[in-house]
Amino acid sequence: MSAATETRMKALYFAWVRERVGVDEEELDPPPTVTTVSDLIAWLSERGEGYARAFGKPAAVRAALDRVHVRSDASIVGAKEVAFFPPMTGG
Amino acid sequence: MATVRVQGEDFDPGAEAEALARGRTDVGAVVSFIGYCRDEGGGIAALELEHYPGMAEDEIARAAGEAEARWPLLGATVIHRYGRIAPGERIVFVAVAAEHRGAAFAAAEMLMDYLKTRAPFWKRAIRSGGAVEGWVEPKREDDRSAARWSAAD
Repeated sequence: MSAATETRMKALYFAWVRERVGVDEEELDPPPTVTTVSDLIAWLSERGEGYARAFGKPAAVRAALDRVHVRSDASIVGAKEVAFFPPMTGG
Repeated sequence: MATVRVQGEDFDPGAEAEALARGRTDVGAVVSFIGYCRDEGGGIAALELEHYPGMAEDEIARAAGEAEARWPLLGATVIHRYGRIAPGERIVFVAVAAEHRGAAFAAAEMLMDYLKTRAPFWKRAIRSGGAVEGWVEPKREDDRSAARWSAAD
């Protein structure tokens, strides 16, 4: 298996990130140069107008890798599931 | 081990709180909290709560694990609903059992602060006329409340 295929992951989007992107989940296959959450955000932002609107202010979007909160400098290498969402408002 | 449930349906807070002490003789205190949907002056017909299935349960369990590591707890139950919830309905429940009230009060408060800021749930309001409002913005006071628990170490 090449390094490129190992970067395949499922992406999930929630709340206004989901609405702007236009889908609630999809498979991603980013190039090997995309190694961190912020790299992934920059790469996704190029995919279309909805993505650009969802990730227009990267600091407003939170991320989780394999269901654990992470910062934008976290490595995505080996992650199977990435999720993007606004700050949480539960409780 | 805490009991964590993420569900669409309502719950019975009295029964849930009682269950933490039932059949035991070591529990001296159970503190419980119930969060309700407010109508904010009458303009809101319902709240719609979206969540991240799987991570919501995991994240609440992680917070409960932190509470158990920090205080000598004898049990904890956290329930968070999702979906459409009308004003007056219950949204969230936290109950903590301990030998003494101090640990139970503190752990319940920490769990609620963590639920507000770390559990993957998002709210938006549906107005009385049916219009759907934008997603609720996080409150800075909730972030400050949650930060108290990590700053103390």
